[in-house]
Amino acid sequence: MNQTAPAIEVAGLRKAYGDHTVLDGVDLSVPEGTVYALLGPNGAGKTTIVRILSTLTTADGGAARVAGYDVRTQSDGVRRSIGVTGQFSAIDELLTGRENVRLMADLAHLPKREAAARASELLERFGLTDAADRRAATYSGGMKRRLDLAMTLVNRPRLIFLDEPTTGLDPRSRRDLWQIVRELLTEGVTVLLTTQYLEEADQLAHRVGLLDNGRLVAEGTPAELKALAGGESLDDVFLALTGHPATTDPTDDNDKETVR
Amino acid sequence: MTTLALTARDSVTMLRRNLKHMVRYPSLTIMLIAQPVLFLLLFVYVFGGTMGAGLPGGGGRDDYLAYVAPAILLVTVCSVALSIAIYAAKDATEGIIDRFRTMPIAKSSVLTGLVLAALVQTALALTVVLVIAVALGWRPDAGPVGWLGAIGVLALLAIALTWLCVALGLAADSVETASNSPMFLVLLPFISSAFVPTDSMSTGLAWVAENQPFTPIIDTLRACFEGRAPGADLAWAIGWCVLITVLSFAWACRLFARAQAR
Repeated sequence: MNQTAPAIEVAGLRKAYGDHTVLDGVDLSVPEGTVYALLGPNGAGKTTIVRILSTLTTADGGAARVAGYDVRTQSDGVRRSIGVTGQFSAIDELLTGRENVRLMADLAHLPKREAAARASELLERFGLTDAADRRAATYSGGMKRRLDLAMTLVNRPRLIFLDEPTTGLDPRSRRDLWQIVRELLTEGVTVLLTTQYLEEADQLAHRVGLLDNGRLVAEGTPAELKALAGGESLDDVFLALTGHPATTDPTDDNDKETVR
Repeated sequence: MTTLALTARDSVTMLRRNLKHMVRYPSLTIMLIAQPVLFLLLFVYVFGGTMGAGLPGGGGRDDYLAYVAPAILLVTVCSVALSIAIYAAKDATEGIIDRFRTMPIAKSSVLTGLVLAALVQTALALTVVLVIAVALGWRPDAGPVGWLGAIGVLALLAIALTWLCVALGLAADSVETASNSPMFLVLLPFISSAFVPTDSMSTGLAWVAENQPFTPIIDTLRACFEGRAPGADLAWAIGWCVLITVLSFAWACRLFARAQAR
C-alpha cells in the first residue's frame, strides 16, 4: 500500500449545464509530487474539472478529494492546500507587481516582515525584480503569467492547478514556464495542468489523460499512450482514439469552454 | 485569531487594495466629485433665482441654496455609489475574483473591503461638497443633534446605495453595462422632493415622488439641517435604507458566490 494518499482522487465526476453534458463520468488519480496533464481540445471539459477541484463550481455527481479533503464538504481544507493559475490572468492591473504579491502575502496572514521578504524572493525568482514597482497593466503577456504564478506560490501550496498556463504565450515565455513547473516538481509540489498542446504534455507530465467530450478516453505515461496507438506522437494517439485531432484551430484559442 | 478577527483583517487588506485603486484611477474620483459640485453651481446660479421664487412662501437664490444643498449631498452619495458598480464589475470580469474565491480567506472581505473604500470616498466627497456649499453662503441651522442626524442618514444611505451598486456591478456582464445600469440613481432624485416640492409636480408624478425612497430621505436631511424634528420621515428614511441594504447585500453575496471570470 502507498505511504501517502493520492493528491487528487476523482471518481465518476459529472457536470452538465442545462442539456449540455460537460463531464460524463471522469475518474482520475494523481500521486503526490507528480505532474498530471489533461489534454484535450476546447470544450473537452478541462477547465470544468479544474473549477470543480479548486472549489469554484460544484459537480452534479461523483466524488472528488483534493489533498485529502472532500471538495464539496471540506472546501476550506482544499483552499488551504491549493494554488490556482488560470488561463486568464488573475492579477490586479492597477497595482504594481510587488503590491500584487504583497496582497497575496497579506491575505495569507504572513507577518509584515516575512510578507515583504517573501514578495521580494518570488519577484526575484520569476525575473520580475526590475519591473516590481511598475503597474501590472504595463507587463507583457509572459510577465503577467509569471506574476500570476508568483502570486499563486506565496502560500507555498502543496498542489497547483495550471489551467492552460501557456495559452497565448510566445515560445520563449512558454519554455520559461515549463522550467518553472520542473522546479516546482523538485520541491515536491503536485501539479495538475490542462493543455491543448501535445508537446507541453509530453515535456512535463508523468501521466497524461486524454479528455474528449467530457470523457477520459485514454490515460497513461506519454510513452504508454504513444505505444497504445502505435503512433509517433500524442497527436496520433488522440486521432486514433477519437477520430479528430486534439489541437483545434489556433484562432479558436480564445473560445471558452465553460458556460455561466 | 478568531473568525471575526480574520474577517476584519482580510477586509482591511481589501480596503487598502480598493483605496489604491481610487488613487490610481483619479479621473473617476475627480469626475464623481465634480458632478455634484456642478449640479450645485447649476441649480444655484442658473436655476436658483426662478426656483427660489417657486418655493412655498416665495424666496430668492439664497433660499433655494438652503433648499437644494441637502439634495446635492444626497446626489453626492449617489455619485460615489455609481463608481462602485464599475469597480465591482471590474473585479468580477477580471480573473482576480476567481483567485480570491479559491483562497482560504473570509469570503465577505472582498465585498466588504470595497464597501468600506466607498464609504471613505463618500466621506471625502461629502466634505468637499459641504465646504463649497458653505462657501456659496449656505448656513445650516442644525444643532449638534441635527448634524449627527444628517451624518447618520447620509451614512445609512451610502451603505444602502453602495451595496446596491456592488450587486449591480456583479450582475453586469461588462464594465460598460455596470457604468450604465445604476444611472437611475442620477435620475430618481429629480422625481422626488430634492429639487422642487412634490406638490408642484403633475398629479401622477407627485404620487410617485411622494412614495419613493429618496423623498423621506431628503426631507429628513432638510429637517436636520433646518433644525426641525424630522417626524415620520425619519422612520421612513431609516426603513428604506435598511431594506435596500438587506436586499442588496443578499443579492450581492449570491452573485459573488456564483461569479466567475468571463
